[in-house]
Amino acid sequence: MSKLFTVSAVALIASLSAAQAKTDVQWWHAMGGELGAKLEEIVKGFNESQDEYNVVPSYKGTYPETMTAAIAAFRAKEQPAIVQVFEVGTGTMMAAEGAIIPVYQLMQDQGANFDPNAFLPAVVGYYTDTDGNMLSMPFNSSTPILYYNKSVFEKAGLDPEQPPKTWAEMEEFSKKIMESDAASCGFTTGWVSWIQTENFSAWHNQPIGTEQNGFGGPEARLTMNGPAQVKHWGNLKKWADEGIFKYGGPVGGDNAPPMFYSQECAMIMNSSASRAGVIANAKDFDLGFGMLPYYDDIEGAPQNSIIGGATLWVLSGRPDEEYAGAAKFFEYLSSPEVQADWASFSGYLPITEAAGEEMAGFFEENPGADTGLRQITLNEPTENSKGLRFGNYVQIRGIIDEEFEQMLSGDKDAQGALDGVVERGNKLLEDFQAQSQ
Amino acid sequence: MKRTIFSNQLLPWLLLAPQLAITFIFFLWPAGQAIKQSFLREDAFGINSSFVGLANFTALLDSPEYLNSLKVTAVFAISVTVVSMGVALLLAVAVDRMLKSSRTYTTLLVWPYAVAPAVAGILWWFIFNPTVGVMPYVLEVIGYDWNHISSKTDAMILVVIASAWKQISYNFLFFVAGLQAIPASMREAAAIDGAGPVRRFFDITFPLLSPTTFFLLVVNIVYSMFETFAVIDATTEGGPAQATNIMVYKVYFDGFIGQNLGSSAAQSVILMLIVISLTVIQFRWVEKKVEY
Repeated sequence: MSKLFTVSAVALIASLSAAQAKTDVQWWHAMGGELGAKLEEIVKGFNESQDEYNVVPSYKGTYPETMTAAIAAFRAKEQPAIVQVFEVGTGTMMAAEGAIIPVYQLMQDQGANFDPNAFLPAVVGYYTDTDGNMLSMPFNSSTPILYYNKSVFEKAGLDPEQPPKTWAEMEEFSKKIMESDAASCGFTTGWVSWIQTENFSAWHNQPIGTEQNGFGGPEARLTMNGPAQVKHWGNLKKWADEGIFKYGGPVGGDNAPPMFYSQECAMIMNSSASRAGVIANAKDFDLGFGMLPYYDDIEGAPQNSIIGGATLWVLSGRPDEEYAGAAKFFEYLSSPEVQADWASFSGYLPITEAAGEEMAGFFEENPGADTGLRQITLNEPTENSKGLRFGNYVQIRGIIDEEFEQMLSGDKDAQGALDGVVERGNKLLEDFQAQSQ
Repeated sequence: MKRTIFSNQLLPWLLLAPQLAITFIFFLWPAGQAIKQSFLREDAFGINSSFVGLANFTALLDSPEYLNSLKVTAVFAISVTVVSMGVALLLAVAVDRMLKSSRTYTTLLVWPYAVAPAVAGILWWFIFNPTVGVMPYVLEVIGYDWNHISSKTDAMILVVIASAWKQISYNFLFFVAGLQAIPASMREAAAIDGAGPVRRFFDITFPLLSPTTFFLLVVNIVYSMFETFAVIDATTEGGPAQATNIMVYKVYFDGFIGQNLGSSAAQSVILMLIVISLTVIQFRWVEKKVEY
């Protein structure tokens, strides 16, 4: 008994010292549920692949909660080395000079194997500075696509293999579907801000702000009240009144997916990363995938869609060996095998060309799974379709939702609502510019 | 009240120390931080910080969103107070007239108070969910198209119901206790003099119940202004178009989601002033002026 105890004690001490010899690198993330389990599996793969570093993932709640936690930790000097931040937090993180270490610099300092040209421009472009340097490491990026109910299309006498390409078809198909009683509403959407405003603008090569959508600097202001956006919002209001379009609520539009699953609405525009969830819920009907619709009378459409999701930021103020570990971890994360594994599992986009090629077999077996990838790589991104970068943008997204709701309730017309977005949003941008100077 | 004399000067302080420490750590210190922050303009990470005087406060008073939040809070607090106290009083009077089963009835009515606000919010959110809820289905039959996601009125009704429901239990208990403290002989005398049940209620019961009513009034206003955060967060998140964005929720949203610390701190300082004045009203005015 006592011998057994001694042996196990020695084993315990040995394992402890082995663990201590490794440098812990804290990573705070916002991936719950199955994505969180997959993330931990990836981290485990890295920890077992070498014996110098031990990445410790901690789930910190939703995106805003994770970001707030990291900021509070930074103020208390207890920050993690790596934190996952959603795309709209990019402006805030970038402006925090002194609090972050840009990824290109980290990789350079640590002499890591890092080729910026290996990454997909549409993914990385969102997270580079004006000189093309990568500031944060893309981890989970997605883009909105169109999901449609093939069974309803068939019932309405439409070709189930032909999703609508333009907004005119969207309207026409919806009317047919409703008239034939195949479904009671044409379409719904998640994310009015991200999909029907930001992506809509990129897809039609229209700016949403000055200074290359904010990439140029904090003096950028919003300009998303242009004729294309006003036309589209106006149509959404018209279609909402006719019952063709049903609103799924603010932010991500929590009520939109249930309307699609219950076959109340025949189509939904939502993140390509909801693919697994949509498939799991579309048990009673055949599911189809299509690109976002566009207005064929707007020149330059379709351009390319922009991404959403999150990237990994490196916070300053940690011991140097942790940064060496972070650089190693990023090398591992961007390897084609890890990327392809993560992207096929989750529906997020692969971030490098090599990972995209690695996934060719997967795309063959899963028709439609490459819709998002095809959409972001449709054309070389322009100034209007590279992405956006504004400070206080979480609140500005809230304003977009509010003004959209004002329009739906009839308090404002499309022009008035979008003017409201610009006016109120610019006030926040002025605040942000003043704060960071 | 009996006055206790301590012979040792140190002992009372020692006995008070744990409570004072808690007050300092959890109230005075954060409150001090909030006051300090409300005069600063600072980025989220605290790298650039500058003193801006009262600019955060004047910006609030110029902001239509903040004025809207004040209005929404007033409508919300008054509605919650009136609904929860009105229903509670009705139920309490009913129980007071019951001879037998009143105990079971009381127990059943107290249950909702044990439900956490967030859970209460989720519960009502499900019941009223426009896609899967029971109530919109029922309301459709009588021709009302319920949708708290796009209708401001529906959203306000939803948060008022969810917040008041929980508070009814609390108010009910106090009203029952208050009613039982009113001597039956007074009501009997009035009955003998020919006063009907309604007359007896308004001339005797209600005035004698006024200490309880005033106490509950203050408690309910404080409840609806400060403790309903979880209900809002679980149901409407302040929407649609800020129609249910009460002051407490706005502090959270602007500070924790929006990272606008100066404005958020200024809003919490204003809230602090409101709590202080409500407390003063309760102690100075309600406790002394109301006849017991």
